[in-house]
Amino acid sequence: MISNEQATIPPGHSWNRMPVIGAACALLGVVGCAILGPGNPKQFFFSWLMAYLFFLSLAIGALFFTLFMYACQGGWGIVVRRICETVFATIPVMAVLFVPLLFGLNDLYAWSVPGAAERDALLRWKAPFLNVPFFLIRAAIYYVCWSFIALLYYRLSRGQDATGDPAISARLRKFAGPAIIVLALTSTFASIDWIVSLTPHWYSTMFGVYFFAGSFIGFIALLSVLVPAMRGAGLLDTVITAEHLHDLGKFLFAFTAFWAYIGFSQFFLIWYANLPEETVWFKARLEGSWQIVSLLLMAGHFGVPFFYLMGRDVKRKGWTLAVGGIWLLAMHFVDIYWQVMPTLHPEGVSPSVLDVAAFLAVGGCSVAAAGWLMRRQALVPLRDPRLAESLAFENA
Amino acid sequence: MAFDPLRSLRAKPLLTNPLPEGPYYGVLAEFATPTDLYHACERVRDEGFTRWDAHTPFPVHGLEKAMGIRRSPLPWIVLAAGLTGAAGGFGLQWWVHASAYPLVISGKPYFSWPAFIPITFELGVLFAAFGAVFGMLGLNRLPMHHHPLFKSEVFERVTDDAFFISIESWDPKFDASATRKLLTSLGARSVELLES
Repeated sequence: MISNEQATIPPGHSWNRMPVIGAACALLGVVGCAILGPGNPKQFFFSWLMAYLFFLSLAIGALFFTLFMYACQGGWGIVVRRICETVFATIPVMAVLFVPLLFGLNDLYAWSVPGAAERDALLRWKAPFLNVPFFLIRAAIYYVCWSFIALLYYRLSRGQDATGDPAISARLRKFAGPAIIVLALTSTFASIDWIVSLTPHWYSTMFGVYFFAGSFIGFIALLSVLVPAMRGAGLLDTVITAEHLHDLGKFLFAFTAFWAYIGFSQFFLIWYANLPEETVWFKARLEGSWQIVSLLLMAGHFGVPFFYLMGRDVKRKGWTLAVGGIWLLAMHFVDIYWQVMPTLHPEGVSPSVLDVAAFLAVGGCSVAAAGWLMRRQALVPLRDPRLAESLAFENA
Repeated sequence: MAFDPLRSLRAKPLLTNPLPEGPYYGVLAEFATPTDLYHACERVRDEGFTRWDAHTPFPVHGLEKAMGIRRSPLPWIVLAAGLTGAAGGFGLQWWVHASAYPLVISGKPYFSWPAFIPITFELGVLFAAFGAVFGMLGLNRLPMHHHPLFKSEVFERVTDDAFFISIESWDPKFDASATRKLLTSLGARSVELLES
């Protein structure tokens, strides 16, 4: 059906350099962090947290997307599934990249400072949940669950390339439902632990969904850039067609609206009820230059891409879809920036070289890991029972 | 191709008599298999006919390409209807809350736009759905209580196991005998001339 040559990176191809490029970026970033970090540890930890959350959210989005495809027996996306698998297979790497944050818990999270609970009635009340040992145990649970699901799906799918055993697909489909529940719960708690608890007085029952919405659109945006880029570089250009791009574009379009729906619902209820312990988070984001970022998110994460991606032709051409993908990937980063940084810089937006250094360090490691996997594997699940269906897919 | 959203609207005027005038509705040809129909459609398309249709018991993949059907203007109708609904919903609340009947609600300004968003969204969706349903009905000239095709007895099999092409007599290329000959030469199992 698909020859090995069609589905692997040929020797000497420029994409073989991906691990080296990633490692170089990571090295540059680590050196930058090592030089500038000690002078401003607080900024370093926030920059690292932001970069870490950005790349982690893409991997979580990839895992969700793959599980959904298995659970609903989606056929069209089989040709892009190996790319998803490669992205979420970086989750164990993210576990390592989480470690530096452990040295900055006191800089990041006000509740973790010794004695914080004695001085603050609300923190005292939340202390049974927000305490360092339990925080670490939870992080360990998240990574055990995520790594288990990610590696299970990655390894069995790779194994199917060799054996072509259709029972593997059936097994992974059965497991997908429970895995979605586990992933939804763990990513909700992780987003509360790592983002919401930056403002420990605040709570929002909607935040987990908001994190999911961002992760999912972030990953679809990444896929919308990666797939045209790979086709442009002569990879999978005979396998992935305009029909597959069209469906990616539909996902991207739909999830601009989903993200806006969730983001606005979260804001709307808090704004309307106007209770101080809930409004504190948005108040910080509607003051000074943070208000501009809030408006930028409204227009740039929803308004502009919603209308840009509405038409059919935009979704079916590689470069127009990639423009939408790059734009939304950038907006997803702004979204994470907007969630994390107002805690450090309540006075207003304050970019730092450390933001760039941490981004390069974390991103370089992810890209190197994904690029390394890509060299060692077929870029499509060669013997998935639904591959023929996916190859022949056409939009009605 | 130049950007022209109304191209397909212009090609098929909305407000014309849905049925041709004259003694004949047109020609109806029956084909045995989807493949026969598909290739016949390609030929009819290439002959330059514009007022014709294909009828099948189930969707035949790619038939719209074989027929050379242009993109429907329906998405533009839906967009226009959706934007009208959203703008109307927002405008109505703006007018009511900030001008016609100003009330202080939970200490917020009269013009509190976030409070208007849910209704703006819902009316946008509702009108877009109306645009889709009624736009589709309008473009298909539905509901239509009778159609000359139903006079044909063989046409009853269109919901069962037969595949049809109908060419309407008001097509500029239509010629009662030549068109019948063409369809016969394309492998039609039967060809009949239908009264209007």
